[in-house]
Amino acid sequence: MSLLIYEKSAPGRRAANLPRLTPVEAAVKVRIPAKYFREKEAELPELSELDVVRHFTRLSLKNFSIDANMYPLGSCTMKYNPKICERVASLEGFSSLHPLLPQLRGGGMLTQGALEVLHETERWLGEIVGMDAFTLQPMAGSHGELTGMMLVAAYHHDRGNRKTKVIIPDSAHGTNPSSAAIAGYSVVTIPTNAEGGVDLAKYEAAMDGEVAAVMLTCPNTLGLFERDILKIAELAHQRDALLYYDGANLNALLGQCRPGDLGFDVVHVNLHKTFATPHGGGGPGAGPVGVKARLIPYLPTSIVVKREDGSYALEYDRPKSIGYISSFYGNFAIILRAYAYMLLLGREGMRRVSENAVLNANYIQARLKARYALAVDRACMHECVFSASRQVEHGVHALDVAKALLERGLHAPTIYFPMVVKEALMIEPTETESKEQMDELIDAMLEIAEAAERDPAKFQALPQNTTVGRLDEVKAARDMCFKA
Amino acid sequence: MGANNVYFTKDHEWLSVEGDEATVGITEHAQQALGDITFVDLPKVGKVVNAHDPLLVVESVKAASDVFAPVAGTVSAVNEKLTASPELINQAAQTAGWLCKLKPFTPAVNELMTAEQYEAFLQEN
Amino acid sequence: MPYIPTTERDRTAMLQAIGVTDVAALFADVPASVRISGLNLPPGRSEVEVYEYLNQMSHRNTHDLIGFLGGGYYDHFIPACVDALASRSEFYTAYTPYQPEASQGTLQAIFEYQTAICRITDMEVANASLYDGGTALYEAAMMAIRLTGRRKILLDSGVNPIYRNILYSYTRNLSVDFVEIPAIHGQSDRERITAALDDKTAAIILQNPNFFGAVDDFADVIEAAHQQGCLSVMSVYPVSLGLLKTPGQMGADIVTGEGQSLGLPLSFGGPYLGFMATRMAHVRKMPGRLAGATRDANGRRGFVLTLQAREQHIRREKAMSNICSNEALCALRALIYLSWLGKGGFKDLAHICAQKAEYAKTRLSAIPGVEVKKSAPTFNEFTIELPCDASDVVSRMIDRGFAAGFPLGRYYKGMENYLLVAVTEKRTREQIGLFAEALEGVL
Repeated sequence: MSLLIYEKSAPGRRAANLPRLTPVEAAVKVRIPAKYFREKEAELPELSELDVVRHFTRLSLKNFSIDANMYPLGSCTMKYNPKICERVASLEGFSSLHPLLPQLRGGGMLTQGALEVLHETERWLGEIVGMDAFTLQPMAGSHGELTGMMLVAAYHHDRGNRKTKVIIPDSAHGTNPSSAAIAGYSVVTIPTNAEGGVDLAKYEAAMDGEVAAVMLTCPNTLGLFERDILKIAELAHQRDALLYYDGANLNALLGQCRPGDLGFDVVHVNLHKTFATPHGGGGPGAGPVGVKARLIPYLPTSIVVKREDGSYALEYDRPKSIGYISSFYGNFAIILRAYAYMLLLGREGMRRVSENAVLNANYIQARLKARYALAVDRACMHECVFSASRQVEHGVHALDVAKALLERGLHAPTIYFPMVVKEALMIEPTETESKEQMDELIDAMLEIAEAAERDPAKFQALPQNTTVGRLDEVKAARDMCFKA
Repeated sequence: MGANNVYFTKDHEWLSVEGDEATVGITEHAQQALGDITFVDLPKVGKVVNAHDPLLVVESVKAASDVFAPVAGTVSAVNEKLTASPELINQAAQTAGWLCKLKPFTPAVNELMTAEQYEAFLQEN
Repeated sequence: MPYIPTTERDRTAMLQAIGVTDVAALFADVPASVRISGLNLPPGRSEVEVYEYLNQMSHRNTHDLIGFLGGGYYDHFIPACVDALASRSEFYTAYTPYQPEASQGTLQAIFEYQTAICRITDMEVANASLYDGGTALYEAAMMAIRLTGRRKILLDSGVNPIYRNILYSYTRNLSVDFVEIPAIHGQSDRERITAALDDKTAAIILQNPNFFGAVDDFADVIEAAHQQGCLSVMSVYPVSLGLLKTPGQMGADIVTGEGQSLGLPLSFGGPYLGFMATRMAHVRKMPGRLAGATRDANGRRGFVLTLQAREQHIRREKAMSNICSNEALCALRALIYLSWLGKGGFKDLAHICAQKAEYAKTRLSAIPGVEVKKSAPTFNEFTIELPCDASDVVSRMIDRGFAAGFPLGRYYKGMENYLLVAVTEKRTREQIGLFAEALEGVL
């Protein structure tokens, strides 16, 4: 059984090797009265450095990771994280910069390189998605969604519009309605039609003068391009409702078409998806938000501007701004990695990404559709969505398919959404997986489909060869043990 | 409404009437759909609700479900046993797993179904 | 083509399996009117070219100033093993641990991190991370509102002004009523706070040490708040907890803070680490992910994300927060850092910082015209009053190679001559001496 780091503690052991105080420094009397001191020392473990290193090294070996395993997770875009981007992020000239420097008089001139990174990233992203300006402050995709909704609210408020609702398709990721609600809107859900798009008739009926915005993902969470997008945009704009683009699936459109040209007014992109920054086990990510010109006045403070002499500065005097979304300029080291990635790809690289992402997903779809029920029988884009309904007939659920894949060293596809597909299996290979790797996934899934018919009972016990088997989630929720 | 009758809603709640007191719970179907229940956010005694108002939340590992008041009324009692044993709802949704009582309550038959009607409703959907 | 392994042969085979003749056919749903032939961007570059380009850009930043600049973000030394371990690709290229069997490394680390935060703050449960100290404070305010059903929040002006800006920005469209309580002589105004606490107040928000560097014991304020049925939210500087009375000891209800000082580089503003901890009674209203311990069918201990019914992917518009991706890798760094420091190191680090700051105070107070503010005890950051504009002094100190501190006048009217000076274990006695000499020369 693996021990917690606290269970490896041995009194008297120490890793910390801190600088010693000189006699002169040690001689001064720290004037903090005793009552302001903590009562007991914090019970942090006592370990040698080797203990610490072994503990975390061994822990790391219990993880799946892109560098070791394929993650065909729909809507996550688990593409390869280039190592050169890691090297760039560790450049001392960037990593050691204090964020308050630009707020000192003359301090902006100390951070020109960093400001240029921000400015250039905004410019590149604007070109890629067809937006006029960007903010890099949001620190995750859902943070970008909230920022986008706040921009929508500021826009309407400024125009004296009374808008209370946001339209969201039922296929949307949970962060969409969650973000809309936090921004103060009530959510109107529109169903998905049989072809996998927004039900246009119901959408038209729901569109009225009180709709502030429509939040869409395109391609949607079924991996399908929204065929009626131009009509949807037109209907929204007729009522001065803004069209919001959830960029989770941007990988399918890079270099092929731009959300701005489809009619979107506000866009967020996920740097940790489309732009290859590492997932980190759950973050840090970044969710920059792009806007069309009419929303620029509302962008968060501060913004990076390029002066006539070519130098960069931060502008704080922005009377209509929605204010501060993050403490500074966003997750700078993540932005830097994404910028490096964009530089590597360049113009033709972007197009190759989407071409291969879409090719790969269609290949998997074509080879699996004989054994798995396709949610919608149409050419997909960068991800394909199946339902495990045929396997459920034998008592094998999407969750069981997922665990069976883990057994084979492949991470499962996305299974907990979209909510419109029962027993969903959402597969996104990305462009960085080889045909051999995809064939391994395909063969595994075909084998699983076979086993589901032949021997469904054995699925319950899977996975067996991971570090733990299926965990009792009910016990976790009931015991509520959140610390050692 | 008659005494000792049980009614059902489209949101899979049941309402059992005994004189001027009504008991509310979720149906067998609902409990199955939710999975193992891990927590019930019981309402405060004295809470006043209109019909269709959110009454409380039932949580499982994979879902959180609002339970709506089938009729208007005042919460007069809650099933304290559910705090330590939320799994009672899975074990006996329509008896020992009752959620709360409403007293007084406003009798209203309009959107309530009988057991047969609820069964038919389940078959349809 | 970087990172794309597909060859012509692969492509042909795949197109055949799909049943189309070329990839363009797969984009048929995209309207012709919006198709582009390519983006207006330069061609892709090689690794070496990209590295050199960005390396040059990094040199256009000045990073060799001797730093006495704090304001919530501190230049602490990051032990080599934090970088070495956190840069293992099994950690940083891993996904969110939704499939726990494939993610026990990440999940156990989150559990250990949650434990560490509880132990340094003396609180009962901590979440897996939020974006940063500022947004964490906003989440705490919202949590207090959810828990009490009240909409008024008292806000001590000693709370980081950037955090206060975030609070105002996020709540602009919500009916939340902030009442700011100005500090007196850099300390919390207890009289005004107690007078303002009432049965409409959801919470009082405090910071320790506050933005001026002042250290306090808020147990009495928190007690007064509790008597009115209000909650207390405290933002804390984690390194200071090696020495100072913890928010848990003071009776705080929700604790947040910026975890940058726990092994994260300054990195021009991010990624950082928002931490949050609270009492078990409030856990269901806490935002963010939570890792919990459990067992598998064979009785082996394992960890899973739990109480997910609070989160957006289940609760959607009724979720506690919309947070999805957070700062997991940063939390891992903080855990490694705290494990490396250990019980003794955590205490010693705080002691070293406090001593060095006190030494710096003696050197600076010897300069004619400089007054070190003494109205409150301080930890490693303190306020000095200069005989002239602090912004101007800072600008001249930059020319002499020092980031001398933060001019408080930028956020506090009337404090234009005040400078906030921070000292960490990285500052040597020589550097402190040179700093004092340079400052004397500038004045």
